[in-house]
Amino acid sequence: MSNRPRPNLNTPLLRGLTRARRSPLVLPGMTRRRTLQAGGAAAAALALSACGVGGQQRDPAASEDYWADKEQTGSLRFANWPLYMDSERTQLQQFTESTGIEVDYKEDVQEAASFFGQIQPRLANGDDTGYDLMVLPNGFELAKLIELGYLVQLDHTKLPNYAEYAGESYKNTAYDPGNQFTVPYTSGITGIAYNPEYVDREITSIADLWDPAFEGKVGMMGDAQEIANFGLLLNGVNPADSTLEDWEAAAEKLREQRDAGIVRAYYDQDFIQPLTNGDLWMTMAWSGDIYQQNAEEGTNLKFVVPDEGATLWTDNLMIPYTSQAPVDAIELMNFLYDPEIATGLTEYIAYITPVPHAQEVMAEWADAEDGSERGEALREMAESSLVFPTEGDYQKLHNYVNLEADAQEEFASLFHEITQS
Amino acid sequence: MRNRKITPYALVLPAWAWLALFFVVPIGGMLSLSLTTGNVITGFEQSFAVGNYVDAVSTYWEQILRSLFYGACATVLCIAIGYPVAYWIAFKGGPYKSTYLLLILLPFFVSFVLRTISWRFLLSDNGVVLGPLKSVGLVPEGFALLNSAPAVILGLAYNFLPFMILPIYAVLERMDPRMVEAAHDLYAGRFQAFVRVILPVSLPGVFAGVLMTFIPTSSDYVNASVLGGTHNTMIGNVIQTQYLINNNYPIASSITFVLMGLLLIGIFSYARALGTERVMEVHA
Repeated sequence: MSNRPRPNLNTPLLRGLTRARRSPLVLPGMTRRRTLQAGGAAAAALALSACGVGGQQRDPAASEDYWADKEQTGSLRFANWPLYMDSERTQLQQFTESTGIEVDYKEDVQEAASFFGQIQPRLANGDDTGYDLMVLPNGFELAKLIELGYLVQLDHTKLPNYAEYAGESYKNTAYDPGNQFTVPYTSGITGIAYNPEYVDREITSIADLWDPAFEGKVGMMGDAQEIANFGLLLNGVNPADSTLEDWEAAAEKLREQRDAGIVRAYYDQDFIQPLTNGDLWMTMAWSGDIYQQNAEEGTNLKFVVPDEGATLWTDNLMIPYTSQAPVDAIELMNFLYDPEIATGLTEYIAYITPVPHAQEVMAEWADAEDGSERGEALREMAESSLVFPTEGDYQKLHNYVNLEADAQEEFASLFHEITQS
Repeated sequence: MRNRKITPYALVLPAWAWLALFFVVPIGGMLSLSLTTGNVITGFEQSFAVGNYVDAVSTYWEQILRSLFYGACATVLCIAIGYPVAYWIAFKGGPYKSTYLLLILLPFFVSFVLRTISWRFLLSDNGVVLGPLKSVGLVPEGFALLNSAPAVILGLAYNFLPFMILPIYAVLERMDPRMVEAAHDLYAGRFQAFVRVILPVSLPGVFAGVLMTFIPTSSDYVNASVLGGTHNTMIGNVIQTQYLINNNYPIASSITFVLMGLLLIGIFSYARALGTERVMEVHA
């Protein structure tokens, strides 16, 4: 998703120091959603100076034509976000064992906007990006990639696991109708998190974020789309169907909230630590971050899907049209939809898997390891509505505003005016 | 003979080439970019759109002025804190001068970002600083420092303090102590000796320090994003958002040039006012 577009330097340091199992490549405290901005910024700056910023649209070849002459090469390069797979790369090892295809896994996607800045000039020139498979959120960057014709149309006959195991909410999404170009890697909910140590009532709605009783203790997200969604939902508008007037009304509500002094700051990925230590009492938050924080630090933060609704965002697998190994890439896509594999991934990531069947598998694993620490953790996760949302939760989850490039600018500047005051 | 004439030029050639390639070319490219119109999808076309500059200033004048103000406050703080430190090390440091300098540089061995983030813990509502003050009742319960303008300015001053101390130290350290003795011989008290002899001699150091703190603090974006709250956005944050998130390269480039112009004007008028005419010589 297009949250984390803002290269952001803020990470909960102390929390990070207590975590050992994370990849050493990532700064302390960065969960998969946290970014190394310096790297992203540098890459983007390089890309800028190199590209002279052209943007040519190309017509994607029809699916059959594209796939007709493609063959397996035995290796592929996979760009993903940090902490989106364990450091052993267990699932990739399993993939290599089962198919013989080697995977060069790179945690190169630190931030959607700068990653786009990095690959865009190469794609515009028809050059290899260095990746055969990559993961990006359903945000503005994905919309641009599709609009520019830079993604390979997927051959769904090569994705039998997807057809069989993907949940209904992960098929035919608004941002990619018919899943022509992408399939989900993992999803999360943007909802409200609060710290019951400071908030002595139950929080149930977005309107609570506007309550003057919490003056200076409310966190909002700095990302234009995320914050717009909350303004829209508060006004009873479904983000996916919103119009310019809706955006303006939402911006007005958000401006009121800011100018009343209710908002403490606009956060990118760094809302957990202030929420834990009481600088924030409640905040917009991502489900997986709260789940991990509670599981690993023993905190008792609450996460709610507000009455007005919340948004479901998805990080997606996709193949750039200059890929050198599209057949290997689509094979890996398919492999990741195997319920056993999806379960293993989810155990590490703690975000929502597009394979609902993983819940049963996880419960079986928990039974098999009953009594052990891992068994307990698995049981807890299998029963968590943060990782496996209920039908009722899904009813309340909305998709993002989907915009063409022209409208994006207007939209972004309207909401950046709020967050960058 | 011939060789001797060519050698100096040959020696500076790499530096010129370096600057031409990595400074002149990108800045020329950015200047041209700042006058284009378009978007990432359709590409950017050169249309000599001076309107970009008008847009940049009319939309972001508040953030631009705020950045210059924060930068100025941080610079003044750095002088107030750094000058006595430089003075003390230069005149009273004795054999441990280099140890003290090392101590000043020590925080620089930690990443800039992490240093700034650690300030979040210091300034947190119930943190190391405010927690005790609140528990003894010196500060009201609802008082907050983190995510405010003072937090950003303090963070800037902290991060750039050594850049102020080092040039002032360098000038004071080289100063001939006999000049101070001569002042005393001429019946100047300690205060008079400082104001009439030491301070004027050290001004080029202060000027160099101002260059090295005011410019980076005014364009910084880390402190505002880590320690700031609402209404604390600096122009660096805006440029970053326009470049990396909105991919609005023309506006981002024009803001960059506006900021650059304002900083140059500021620095040169300061040089004028202070009588440091030899702006380019102060580092010598």
